[in-house]
Amino acid sequence: MAIYLSNTEQVPGYKVTRQIGLVSGNTIRAKHVGRDFMAGLKTIVGGEIKGYTELLTEARQEAISRMSDQAERLGANAVVNVRLSTSAVMSGAAELFAYGTAVVLEAEEPQQ
Amino acid sequence: MSDFINILLLASPVILIAMGFIIGKVIESRHFRSLAQREAGGGPLLTNLKYLPDGQTPQATKFCIGGVVIASDYFKTFGAKLKSLVGGRLRTIETMLERGRREALLRLREQAAEFGADVVISIRLETAVIMKNKQGKSYPAAEVIAYGTAVRTTANDNI
Repeated sequence: MAIYLSNTEQVPGYKVTRQIGLVSGNTIRAKHVGRDFMAGLKTIVGGEIKGYTELLTEARQEAISRMSDQAERLGANAVVNVRLSTSAVMSGAAELFAYGTAVVLEAEEPQQ
Repeated sequence: MSDFINILLLASPVILIAMGFIIGKVIESRHFRSLAQREAGGGPLLTNLKYLPDGQTPQATKFCIGGVVIASDYFKTFGAKLKSLVGGRLRTIETMLERGRREALLRLREQAAEFGADVVISIRLETAVIMKNKQGKSYPAAEVIAYGTAVRTTANDNI
Protein backbone atom coordinates (compact mmCIF):
# COMPACT_ATOMS: atom_id res chain seq x y z
CA MET A 1 0.00 0.00 0.00
CA ALA A 2 1.48 3.28 -1.05
CA ILE A 3 1.39 6.15 1.39
CA TYR A 4 -0.09 9.39 0.12
CA LEU A 5 2.17 12.35 0.56
CA SER A 6 1.11 15.95 0.50
CA ASN A 7 2.51 19.18 1.79
CA THR A 8 -0.95 20.67 2.28
CA GLU A 9 -2.94 20.14 5.46
CA GLN A 10 -5.85 18.67 3.55
CA VAL A 11 -5.48 16.36 0.58
CA PRO A 12 -7.84 17.61 -2.12
CA GLY A 13 -10.64 15.11 -2.59
CA TYR A 14 -10.06 13.38 0.74
CA LYS A 15 -10.92 14.06 4.33
CA VAL A 16 -8.84 13.33 7.40
CA THR A 17 -10.65 10.89 9.65
CA ARG A 18 -7.93 10.28 12.23
CA GLN A 19 -4.75 12.08 13.18
CA ILE A 20 -1.95 9.78 14.29
CA GLY A 21 0.86 12.21 14.99
CA LEU A 22 4.20 13.53 13.88
CA VAL A 23 6.42 11.25 11.83
CA SER A 24 9.87 12.01 10.53
CA GLY A 25 12.71 10.50 8.58
CA ASN A 26 16.29 11.58 8.19
CA THR A 27 19.51 10.54 6.55
CA ILE A 28 23.00 11.95 6.61
CA ARG A 29 25.07 11.54 3.48
CA ALA A 30 28.62 12.33 2.60
CA LYS A 31 29.97 12.61 -0.89
CA HIS A 32 33.07 10.71 -1.89
CA VAL A 33 36.36 12.46 -2.39
CA GLY A 34 36.24 12.34 -6.19
CA ARG A 35 32.94 14.13 -6.23
CA ASP A 36 34.18 16.69 -3.72
CA PHE A 37 37.14 17.37 -5.96
CA MET A 38 34.92 17.87 -9.00
CA ALA A 39 32.66 20.13 -6.96
CA GLY A 40 35.70 22.15 -5.89
CA LEU A 41 36.63 22.61 -9.53
CA LYS A 42 33.09 23.59 -10.33
CA THR A 43 33.30 26.54 -7.94
CA ILE A 44 35.87 28.00 -10.34
CA VAL A 45 33.60 28.15 -13.37
CA GLY A 46 30.24 28.18 -11.61
CA GLY A 47 27.02 26.47 -12.57
CA GLU A 48 25.17 23.40 -11.46
CA ILE A 49 27.03 20.71 -9.50
CA LYS A 50 25.25 17.67 -10.92
CA GLY A 51 26.93 15.11 -8.63
CA TYR A 52 25.61 16.87 -5.56
CA THR A 53 22.17 17.41 -7.03
CA GLU A 54 21.84 13.68 -7.69
CA LEU A 55 23.21 12.71 -4.32
CA LEU A 56 20.85 15.00 -2.44
CA THR A 57 17.86 13.93 -4.53
CA GLU A 58 18.54 10.28 -3.74
CA ALA A 59 19.12 11.04 -0.08
CA ARG A 60 15.90 13.02 0.14
CA GLN A 61 13.95 10.10 -1.30
CA GLU A 62 15.53 7.94 1.39
CA ALA A 63 14.44 10.35 4.14
CA ILE A 64 10.93 10.47 2.72
CA SER A 65 10.66 6.70 2.47
CA ARG A 66 11.80 6.34 6.09
CA MET A 67 9.09 8.79 7.08
CA SER A 68 6.51 6.85 5.02
CA ASP A 69 7.60 3.56 6.60
CA GLN A 70 7.10 5.00 10.05
CA ALA A 71 3.66 6.26 9.10
CA GLU A 72 2.74 2.87 7.69
CA ARG A 73 3.83 1.11 10.87
CA LEU A 74 1.55 3.43 12.84
CA GLY A 75 -1.38 2.48 10.65
CA ALA A 76 -1.64 5.65 8.63
CA ASN A 77 -2.37 5.79 4.93
CA ALA A 78 -1.07 9.30 4.34
CA VAL A 79 1.38 11.89 5.54
CA VAL A 80 0.16 15.45 5.25
CA ASN A 81 1.84 18.83 5.75
CA VAL A 82 5.22 17.41 4.78
CA ARG A 83 8.18 19.73 5.23
CA LEU A 84 11.74 19.18 4.03
CA SER A 85 14.94 20.60 5.36
CA THR A 86 18.63 20.30 4.58
CA SER A 87 21.52 21.18 6.84
CA ALA A 88 25.26 20.84 6.70
CA VAL A 89 26.23 19.14 9.94
CA MET A 90 29.93 18.72 9.21
CA SER A 91 32.39 19.29 6.44
CA GLY A 92 31.38 17.26 3.41
CA ALA A 93 28.15 15.85 4.82
CA ALA A 94 24.56 16.96 4.67
CA GLU A 95 21.53 15.93 6.63
CA LEU A 96 18.26 15.56 4.79
CA PHE A 97 15.21 15.65 7.00
CA ALA A 98 11.55 15.18 6.18
CA TYR A 99 8.69 15.46 8.64
CA GLY A 100 4.94 15.53 8.52
CA THR A 101 1.74 14.42 10.22
CA ALA A 102 0.58 10.84 9.75
CA VAL A 103 -3.17 10.62 9.22
CA VAL A 104 -5.87 8.30 8.02
CA LEU A 105 -7.62 9.60 4.93
CA GLU A 106 -10.94 8.67 3.46
CA ALA A 107 -12.18 9.57 0.01
CA GLU A 108 -14.81 12.28 0.10
CA GLU A 109 -18.22 11.63 -1.36
CA PRO A 110 -18.48 13.53 -4.62
CA GLN A 111 -20.53 16.67 -4.01
CA GLN A 112 -23.76 16.92 -5.90
CA MET B 1 41.50 17.20 -0.87
CA SER B 2 40.33 20.72 -0.16
CA ASP B 3 43.97 21.53 0.74
CA PHE B 4 44.97 20.68 -2.81
CA ILE B 5 42.25 22.94 -4.13
CA ASN B 6 43.35 25.68 -1.77
CA ILE B 7 46.94 25.43 -3.04
CA LEU B 8 45.66 25.52 -6.58
CA LEU B 9 43.56 28.54 -5.73
CA LEU B 10 46.48 30.34 -4.09
CA ALA B 11 48.90 29.50 -6.86
CA SER B 12 47.12 31.08 -9.74
CA PRO B 13 44.41 33.53 -8.78
CA VAL B 14 44.73 35.48 -11.98
CA ILE B 15 44.24 32.44 -14.21
CA LEU B 16 41.34 31.31 -12.08
CA ILE B 17 39.66 34.70 -12.16
CA ALA B 18 40.06 34.79 -15.93
CA MET B 19 38.70 31.24 -16.25
CA GLY B 20 35.80 32.09 -13.99
CA PHE B 21 35.06 35.22 -15.96
CA ILE B 22 35.12 33.61 -19.41
CA ILE B 23 33.84 30.08 -18.84
CA GLY B 24 31.50 31.19 -16.07
CA LYS B 25 29.96 33.80 -18.32
CA VAL B 26 29.41 31.29 -21.14
CA ILE B 27 27.84 28.73 -18.80
CA GLU B 28 25.66 31.36 -17.17
CA SER B 29 24.31 32.86 -20.36
CA ARG B 30 23.63 29.39 -21.74
CA HIS B 31 21.77 28.54 -18.54
CA PHE B 32 19.69 31.75 -18.64
CA ARG B 33 18.77 31.07 -22.26
CA SER B 34 17.70 27.53 -21.42
CA LEU B 35 15.68 28.80 -18.43
CA ALA B 36 13.86 31.39 -20.52
CA GLN B 37 13.10 28.84 -23.20
CA ARG B 38 11.74 26.26 -20.78
CA GLU B 39 9.76 28.81 -18.80
CA ALA B 40 8.05 29.94 -21.99
CA GLY B 41 7.02 26.33 -22.61
CA GLY B 42 4.08 26.55 -20.19
CA GLY B 43 2.87 23.86 -17.84
CA PRO B 44 0.80 23.47 -14.71
CA LEU B 45 -0.23 26.53 -12.71
CA LEU B 46 2.11 27.11 -9.77
CA THR B 47 0.82 28.58 -6.53
CA ASN B 48 1.76 28.61 -2.89
CA LEU B 49 -1.86 28.74 -1.74
CA LYS B 50 -3.17 25.67 0.00
CA TYR B 51 -6.35 25.53 -2.04
CA LEU B 52 -7.22 24.71 -5.60
CA PRO B 53 -8.56 27.52 -7.76
CA ASP B 54 -12.37 27.76 -7.72
CA GLY B 55 -14.27 25.47 -9.99
CA GLN B 56 -11.77 22.64 -10.14
CA THR B 57 -12.32 19.15 -8.79
CA PRO B 58 -9.27 17.15 -7.70
CA GLN B 59 -8.66 13.75 -9.27
CA ALA B 60 -5.24 12.66 -8.03
CA THR B 61 -2.32 14.19 -6.18
CA LYS B 62 1.41 13.65 -6.04
CA PHE B 63 4.14 15.14 -3.87
CA CYS B 64 6.80 16.61 -6.17
CA ILE B 65 10.27 17.97 -5.45
CA GLY B 66 12.64 19.87 -7.71
CA GLY B 67 16.16 20.48 -6.51
CA VAL B 68 19.46 21.85 -7.75
CA VAL B 69 22.88 22.56 -6.30
CA ILE B 70 24.36 25.67 -7.84
CA ALA B 71 27.79 27.23 -7.48
CA SER B 72 29.14 30.68 -8.18
CA ASP B 73 32.24 31.08 -10.34
CA TYR B 74 35.61 32.26 -9.12
CA PHE B 75 35.41 35.67 -10.73
CA LYS B 76 32.05 36.42 -9.18
CA THR B 77 33.14 35.13 -5.80
CA PHE B 78 36.17 37.39 -5.96
CA GLY B 79 33.95 40.31 -6.91
CA ALA B 80 31.56 39.56 -4.08
CA LYS B 81 34.41 39.42 -1.58
CA LEU B 82 35.65 42.82 -2.74
CA LYS B 83 32.14 44.23 -2.60
CA SER B 84 31.56 42.93 0.89
CA LEU B 85 34.41 45.13 2.10
CA VAL B 86 32.30 48.18 1.41
CA GLY B 87 28.92 46.49 1.78
CA GLY B 88 25.84 46.83 -0.32
CA ARG B 89 24.14 44.71 -2.90
CA LEU B 90 26.03 41.60 -4.05
CA ARG B 91 24.62 41.26 -7.53
CA THR B 92 26.85 38.35 -8.48
CA ILE B 93 25.50 36.16 -5.70
CA GLU B 94 21.96 37.32 -6.47
CA THR B 95 22.22 35.94 -10.00
CA MET B 96 23.48 32.61 -8.66
CA LEU B 97 20.47 32.24 -6.38
CA GLU B 98 18.11 33.44 -9.09
CA ARG B 99 19.41 30.71 -11.41
CA GLY B 100 19.01 28.14 -8.66
CA ARG B 101 15.44 29.13 -7.81
CA ARG B 102 14.26 29.27 -11.40
CA GLU B 103 15.88 25.90 -12.15
CA ALA B 104 14.35 24.28 -9.05
CA LEU B 105 10.88 25.63 -9.89
CA LEU B 106 11.22 24.43 -13.47
CA ARG B 107 12.20 20.96 -12.34
CA LEU B 108 9.22 20.89 -10.00
CA ARG B 109 6.98 21.98 -12.84
CA GLU B 110 8.45 19.41 -15.23
CA GLN B 111 7.89 16.66 -12.69
CA ALA B 112 4.30 17.79 -12.15
CA ALA B 113 3.71 17.97 -15.90
CA GLU B 114 4.98 14.40 -16.25
CA PHE B 115 2.36 13.34 -13.72
CA GLY B 116 -0.24 15.15 -15.80
CA ALA B 117 -0.99 17.77 -13.17
CA ASP B 118 -2.93 20.94 -13.89
CA VAL B 119 -2.05 22.79 -10.68
CA VAL B 120 0.78 22.61 -8.16
CA ILE B 121 -0.37 23.93 -4.79
CA SER B 122 1.39 24.83 -1.56
CA ILE B 123 4.81 25.39 -3.11
CA ARG B 124 7.64 25.98 -0.69
CA LEU B 125 11.12 27.14 -1.62
CA GLU B 126 14.09 26.42 0.54
CA THR B 127 17.78 27.22 0.34
CA ALA B 128 20.56 25.48 2.20
CA VAL B 129 24.30 25.98 2.20
CA ILE B 130 25.81 22.51 2.05
CA MET B 131 29.44 23.05 1.12
CA LYS B 132 31.71 23.91 3.98
CA ASN B 133 35.40 23.32 4.36
CA LYS B 134 37.11 22.19 7.54
CA GLN B 135 37.45 25.71 8.85
CA GLY B 136 33.70 26.07 8.64
CA LYS B 137 33.99 28.61 5.86
CA SER B 138 31.33 28.05 3.27
CA TYR B 139 31.80 28.12 -0.49
CA PRO B 140 29.46 30.31 -2.48
CA ALA B 141 27.29 27.36 -3.44
CA ALA B 142 23.77 26.55 -2.35
CA GLU B 143 21.14 23.92 -2.70
CA VAL B 144 17.75 25.23 -3.70
CA ILE B 145 14.69 23.04 -3.51
CA ALA B 146 11.10 23.68 -4.49
CA TYR B 147 8.40 21.29 -3.39
CA GLY B 148 4.66 21.19 -3.65
CA THR B 149 1.61 19.02 -4.18
CA ALA B 150 0.77 18.41 -7.83
CA VAL B 151 -2.95 17.98 -8.46
CA ARG B 152 -4.69 16.57 -11.48
CA THR B 153 -8.06 18.26 -11.80
CA THR B 154 -11.17 18.38 -13.88
CA ALA B 155 -13.00 21.64 -14.37
CA ASN B 156 -16.58 21.82 -13.12
CA ASP B 157 -18.92 22.50 -15.99
CA ASN B 158 -21.65 24.05 -13.87
CA ILE B 159 -19.59 27.05 -12.75
